[in-house]
Amino acid sequence: MTRSADDRARTQTRIRWELLANLVRKDLKVKYQGSVLGFLWSLANPLLLLVVYSFVFQIVLKSGIPSFGYFLLSGLLVWNAFSGAVGTACGAVVGNAGLVKKVRFPLGVLPLTPVGFAGVHFGLQLFVLVAVMLVTGYTHVLGVHLLLAIPAIAVALLCTVALCYLVAGLNVRYRDTQHIVEVALMAGFWVNPIVYSVGLVSKQLGDGLYFLYYLNPMAGVSVTMQRALYGQNPVLPNGKNVLADPGYLFYLERLGIGAVVSALLLILGLRTYRKLSADFAEEL
Amino acid sequence: MTKDVAIRAENVTKRFVKHGQRATSVKERLLRRRVSEDAWFNALDGVSLEIERGHTVGLIGPNGSGKSTLLKVLAGILRPNSGTVRAYGRIASLLELGAGFNGELSGRDNVYLNASLLGLSRKETDALFDSIVEFSELADFIDTPVKHYSSGMYAKLGFAVAVHVDPDILLIDEVLAVGDEAFARKCMRKIASFQEEGRTILFVSHALDQVEQICDRAIVLEHGQVRYDGDPEFAVGTLRKIFGLDDPVPGEALPEERPDEVSFDSIVVSHEPGGPEVTSFRGGEPMAIRVETTLSERFAGLVRGLQAVVMGVGLIPIWLMETPPDAGPTGPGRWTVDFQLDTPPLLGRFLVSVQLVDADGKALSHTQTPDAFRISGGQRVGLLQVPYATHRQLPSEAAGS
Repeated sequence: MTRSADDRARTQTRIRWELLANLVRKDLKVKYQGSVLGFLWSLANPLLLLVVYSFVFQIVLKSGIPSFGYFLLSGLLVWNAFSGAVGTACGAVVGNAGLVKKVRFPLGVLPLTPVGFAGVHFGLQLFVLVAVMLVTGYTHVLGVHLLLAIPAIAVALLCTVALCYLVAGLNVRYRDTQHIVEVALMAGFWVNPIVYSVGLVSKQLGDGLYFLYYLNPMAGVSVTMQRALYGQNPVLPNGKNVLADPGYLFYLERLGIGAVVSALLLILGLRTYRKLSADFAEEL
Repeated sequence: MTKDVAIRAENVTKRFVKHGQRATSVKERLLRRRVSEDAWFNALDGVSLEIERGHTVGLIGPNGSGKSTLLKVLAGILRPNSGTVRAYGRIASLLELGAGFNGELSGRDNVYLNASLLGLSRKETDALFDSIVEFSELADFIDTPVKHYSSGMYAKLGFAVAVHVDPDILLIDEVLAVGDEAFARKCMRKIASFQEEGRTILFVSHALDQVEQICDRAIVLEHGQVRYDGDPEFAVGTLRKIFGLDDPVPGEALPEERPDEVSFDSIVVSHEPGGPEVTSFRGGEPMAIRVETTLSERFAGLVRGLQAVVMGVGLIPIWLMETPPDAGPTGPGRWTVDFQLDTPPLLGRFLVSVQLVDADGKALSHTQTPDAFRISGGQRVGLLQVPYATHRQLPSEAAGS
């Protein structure tokens, strides 16, 4: 009796996959309800960016990267998922005030919802990207290097979850958080080697600084995704290569650094969230 | 565990920063590094309580006394600053009906989502779905987005979900006054059936007669502290007193029971000394009040006597009995004191409050019976049964002939 009562109490305090899935499904349903194209709209944003950046970097600035579209999307999709999740996470608790103030449920599920939401879109976009690459005969994508996408996505997930907890919690008390995050994500897009080759960065920074550059987990993730998907390593007009490194080990090392940094962020994020969550119901 | 406890709170304290004093931006946070001491207030101040499975407990108190905060802490929606709360079983909190519904989604989707939040799996919800819809009386609208619902429909669906998730513990915050009257009655019937099924219910209400009717225990909160915990009628009386007068409730100014120095082991009201507990008397019947108390060596030196005050509803003292000078418990050890009397011709419900007093008659320590006893008689209303005679003159005599 007592044991089963404990079990029943636990379903209300532990995060269950089913609950997370239901919340993500709810967000998807609300977002695409009443739109004819529905899910296809999630492809619109990367397509638009593809057109704009291709025009700017291929035609106006002449970056010299062959198959620029594929290069761009290799890094862009994962960044979009990250930035979408973290940006939305600011409102994860604040936007669910009605729930947080009145219903007993595992609060820790809230910052994970935007991660799941972004993850669903990312999965779809990634699938479409690889399919289009294959259909258009872009064979560079095929190879062992494609497997690097798995650890890269894992690190991106860890980093995203960590920051989502942090900003979701902080934004309840300090509403500045959402504005800071907005600006930081904008800067992050340009700081990370997404629209340009990391070769330009390594050229400008010395070896020491270039190493520190990878303390940003998303930098390691971006270059690894380019290695995994873009696949080829042509030489740029400035003598540098497009990819950070032709091998595999380089990427695993950078992802390792990113994983450690993300894990520390996760500890910070979870602690902050847990501490602040004691008063969520009062502060909303 | 000897008692089957549904919720246990131990020494729970919840502090809030007063509105306007909390830094809400980074700028403020940097400028005012520390929140000054007086900016805090204790919404709950050392609240301990245990609610046994199967009981219906009312939570009453003036506005701002911490009722809702306590309910939220027990529901796990707020976490206390210190102290612990444990719930044994699934809780459904009816703090607001339909809380967490998403306006864009249909009633059906919201039912599934809400049930999921409350801890149900999809399969469990499937099994309950039809009965939820039937209870809510919204079968025709279940696929309509809830933003088109009226507030009554919203509340109906919310209540239907909350009571169908098979909660072990139901926390209710003044939500029963929603919907049409027929639905409100239906809600009350559902709550009554929960009581019969032995589920635990805790509810906050300002409807004091409702508390008297359906609760078997009530807790009065004031300034975040438990002021009274026990018989609902006395709880309501205590609250009326808090509302009515600024006078402290009798006993309030008295020192708390000091467990290490003195313990009141039992207070038994019966027909004869040492007899079994009796809860119902008639005027004139023999009554005996037995008090057992244990004094420490140190404390015993102060004690000169023992008083028993019988109090009516509202904790109004009705009569006082005390041991003669130096004939009470006057040394260390376990004492038994009996008061014997004929039940006075009163009507109503009463509690016994016991206190140890020093040479000046000042109270040192006090306690009171957890359960009330009743004195009844043939008279239907009133407080006192008075012997009286009647005489009538027939109209024919007065009219003359």
